[in-house]
Amino acid sequence: MRIASWTSLELRHLLKLAGAWMLAARCFAQSGAQSSSSTNIFAPASTPADAIFGLSIFVLAVTGVIFAIVFGLLLYAAIRFRRRPNDDPREPLQIYGSDQLELAWTVIPVLIVIVLFMTSARVIHAVQDARRPKGTIEVVVIGHQFWWEYRYPQYGFVTANELHVPVSDPAHPTPTFLELRSADTDHSFWIPVLAGKTDLIPNHPNSMWIDPHGAGLYLGQCAQYCGTQHAKMLLRAYVDSPAEFDRWVQAQQKTVREDTPLSPVALEGRRVFNSTACVNCHAISGTAAEGRVGPDLTHLMSRETIASGVTPNTAANLRRWVQNPAAFKPGSLMPSMNLTDKEVDEVTAYLLTLH
Amino acid sequence: MSAISTTLYAGRPWTLPSRGRVGMFCLITAEAAIFTIFVVAYLFYLGKSVSGPTPRQVLDVPIFNTICLLSSSLTIHFADRALDRGRMAAFKVLWFLTLALGAIFLIGTGREWDRLIYTSGLTISTNLFGTTYYSLVGLHAFHVAVGLLGLGLVMALALTSKLKQEHAGRVGVFSLYWHFVDAVWVVVFTVVYILGR
Amino acid sequence: MASDSISLPGSIGLPRDAGSTWLETLHEWVITVDHKKLGLMYIGSALIFLVIGGIEAAIMRIQLAVAHGQFVSPEVFNRMFTMHGTTMIFFVAMTVLFGFGIYLVPLMIGTRDMAFPRLNAWGFWMTLFAALLFYFSFVGGDGLSGAGGAPDVGWWAYAPLTSPAFSRGHSTDYWTIALLVAGFGTVATAVNLVATIVTMRCPGMTLGKMPLLAWMYLVMSGMLLFTITPLTAAQLMLMVDRYLGGHFFDTQAGGSAVIWMHFFWIFGHPEVYVLIIPAFAFISEIVPVFSRKPIFGYPIMVAATVAIGFVSMSVWAHHMYTVGMASYSSAFFVLTTMAVGIPTGIKIFNWLGTMWGGKIHYDVPMMFALGFLFQFLIAGLTGIMLSSAPFDWQLGGSYFVVAHFHYVIVGGILFSLFGAFYYWYPKMTGRMLNETLGKWHFWLFLIGFHVTFDVMHIPGILGMPRRIYTYEPGRGWEQWNLIVSIGAVIQTVAILFFVVNMIWSYFRGRPAGKDPWDAWTLEWAVSSPPPVYNFAVLPEVMSRRPLWDIKHPEDPDWKYE
Repeated sequence: MRIASWTSLELRHLLKLAGAWMLAARCFAQSGAQSSSSTNIFAPASTPADAIFGLSIFVLAVTGVIFAIVFGLLLYAAIRFRRRPNDDPREPLQIYGSDQLELAWTVIPVLIVIVLFMTSARVIHAVQDARRPKGTIEVVVIGHQFWWEYRYPQYGFVTANELHVPVSDPAHPTPTFLELRSADTDHSFWIPVLAGKTDLIPNHPNSMWIDPHGAGLYLGQCAQYCGTQHAKMLLRAYVDSPAEFDRWVQAQQKTVREDTPLSPVALEGRRVFNSTACVNCHAISGTAAEGRVGPDLTHLMSRETIASGVTPNTAANLRRWVQNPAAFKPGSLMPSMNLTDKEVDEVTAYLLTLH
Repeated sequence: MSAISTTLYAGRPWTLPSRGRVGMFCLITAEAAIFTIFVVAYLFYLGKSVSGPTPRQVLDVPIFNTICLLSSSLTIHFADRALDRGRMAAFKVLWFLTLALGAIFLIGTGREWDRLIYTSGLTISTNLFGTTYYSLVGLHAFHVAVGLLGLGLVMALALTSKLKQEHAGRVGVFSLYWHFVDAVWVVVFTVVYILGR
Repeated sequence: MASDSISLPGSIGLPRDAGSTWLETLHEWVITVDHKKLGLMYIGSALIFLVIGGIEAAIMRIQLAVAHGQFVSPEVFNRMFTMHGTTMIFFVAMTVLFGFGIYLVPLMIGTRDMAFPRLNAWGFWMTLFAALLFYFSFVGGDGLSGAGGAPDVGWWAYAPLTSPAFSRGHSTDYWTIALLVAGFGTVATAVNLVATIVTMRCPGMTLGKMPLLAWMYLVMSGMLLFTITPLTAAQLMLMVDRYLGGHFFDTQAGGSAVIWMHFFWIFGHPEVYVLIIPAFAFISEIVPVFSRKPIFGYPIMVAATVAIGFVSMSVWAHHMYTVGMASYSSAFFVLTTMAVGIPTGIKIFNWLGTMWGGKIHYDVPMMFALGFLFQFLIAGLTGIMLSSAPFDWQLGGSYFVVAHFHYVIVGGILFSLFGAFYYWYPKMTGRMLNETLGKWHFWLFLIGFHVTFDVMHIPGILGMPRRIYTYEPGRGWEQWNLIVSIGAVIQTVAILFFVVNMIWSYFRGRPAGKDPWDAWTLEWAVSSPPPVYNFAVLPEVMSRRPLWDIKHPEDPDWKYE
């Protein structure tokens, strides 16, 4: 490649392009690192995402070089060989091909493919076939239309929509292994800064793992179209310090006590809850409610959001949700139970006691 | 429809394959791909039924039916040769035999299904085996039925003396379809009644 | 001479003053088996569905321009992306590519019509009927919400979302049956193209001497025989599940959702190569003519196309990297997917080699072809990124993928198609498309395309999944989505220029004559539009560029090939 035969203008264009691209990638990485609720794949915060990030930079570099070269050649040919007004009217030299060129531009891509393949295969194996160290937290994630169920078999409780995991210290790793299952259609678990996405497919359990490096709230959402409210099946993963995580686990393990004093309104709300269809879908451990169709409500008020991340968990929103779920999530499988206003107040009051 | 071109190019005849045969080979390719997917599904789901009868419990190997169908490939081959040579009487007999053998196969399949449904309690919705079995064998039977329609049409044209020796090429193209249907049966038979039991 | 005069394409070569009534002309078109008229009907119907699919896209872009958009309900949005994808692939891309194929192939191989003219007509009408059935779903299907249900399961119709449990009513059945019917039409046309190319070439035109367009349509049609049929099979299985109580994809009965994915993508991936190969064909005809050189490396171009045809059958599970395949399975598909990029890249180099040392005329067809080359390069490189499974674990299922495949389909196939329109419209109608309007079309579309689809990669990188009717503010997606939507407006304006150009030029365009581009393949040897019988005398050829041989008797191609 003889650079001298290019015009300085084309060369400057090319260098600017390459530089802009590298800068853009780093900018994305930095802007992501600012806020821990970022969903930028170039701001990894866990080993699987790190491994992917490393590979992706390599792939970007290789494709970037290919782009620069081929783009440059195309641009050069398009400009240099255009017909000029005072051109010789005869046809140009008719060239039919060149075996050496064909060989060269076959062999080089083959080599590039081999390199890219091997680096990819290495990362596939490292992420998918990772072993579980002793301090592993196990969570069973069950995808539903349109919410997330989390079971902690090691601790014996079930929760919904807000995942809690401990920070993993590289010296004493405590990663979380997620077993992914589905109760209905296909879903996909995607929190970009923690790991690549893995699907939840009925009758086809999958597994993934994360080992977050820093505490905070990590966001994502379902990434496989699962029906009307696929867009609002949001993910919230709270990465806690080990102490916070233990506290959270202990709180979740408590069941609701029958003899907990409740206000008259809340008491009436519990009666309504237990005697209508609520118990068919929802579970509150320690009570007669044992439905598994909808989210477990035992510690509803320990969650910051409701409806799988759609809206903050305030009394007003909770009331509105109970009255008419379609106001927040039309197509959600929770029907409006057509309760009277009084009943809605009562049920809400009861739910507000579920800490 | 002689597709052998009579044009010359540079002094030699410019010949290209017959349109009908190429078209039929393409159709056979496409149909083979459809059958392949059904066979893959059948093999994949072997042993995966959650309940209900298993192949070994309810399937009888249809030896007689198979002999009939595969023999019909032989008779149609000889029928083609007879027509090529203009031996119309022989053609009519052999063609009729082909039709009859094919019909016996189809009736036999019908009787087998009657037994499976009413005696063994296996329907398309019973379990995975039922679904894949009826779909695969049914798809093949459907193709046999279409073949019988074609065979019948040619038979009628032969019996009304409208079919002539010059139509041998077209009849040959149809025979390719019938051979394909038989070849598919070899695969289906092996997969369902030998491997699958 | 009557056949040289500017006549309606419905003309059968009679002098104009024969005076066909409107009804007679319509009747002629409805009963026709002439490959040229059928080709034009395929193209015409594709353009209509392009507009409809474009409206569906516009609705989506308006909804997504802001976070928590309220333009349409989630139910409507989900129908829009399903209808848009299915329409664009089956009723726009397939039909327009078939249209060009059946119009051009007989002319370019020196014969009078396709191998099976009546089958040709049957294939077209089946496809049109399928499209109408598909759109009838808007009024006919009940759907879950009961108020008119076009399908809303995505154009892949993944199980078990399509099972009777999760897809009540008939909306999914419209998807299934319409595409089944369209599939029969597709197989018919594919059979016809293969038979025509293999058995009807004019004397002297061996396989090694036929235009690259013919080779590419041969490979594309051959592929279709293997690849559309898995979809037909899977759809038949889905109907068994939905109507006969079958369990093919019933996970409650031990069935597998993953096997639907395998069957679908065994169709779906080669399908996109089926779509791009004719686009390669147009480029392979346009670039040589406007560079004034023969195609560089004809034998390698043929070999690369055939290689793509075969290798593309082995890459399908790169759409399934996230479903939980064993590591060695994923690795296998990484290898095959990257491998199919090699012959594809070789073609780009050969087109570059064609331009190199030429005298490039930047008429509108060549401008679109050049756009294709740059954009297809980029699309191929984002494809390499996606082929690396771990990278795909992040990028897959996100707007990065949506950007990638629109880059291929719009930036690649549609640009190539626009080039084909400007190149062959004179042959089909006898008039040139207006150059000024063409340049406006090109530049507006180029700008709109890049504003939308360059920027669309970014929300994908920032974690935005696809097929969501709205998104949360605060994740950094809003500004990019707004820009993407604005680009869609620019593209719409460009398409308007195109439509106006086609209509205006039909009545007022400069008469084209036989060979306005000084080209070299057989279609340029007959009048524009061609007489119904194509060639008065079947030609005999001695090289790949028969008209070059005639125009340059002192230096014919057959001395060098």
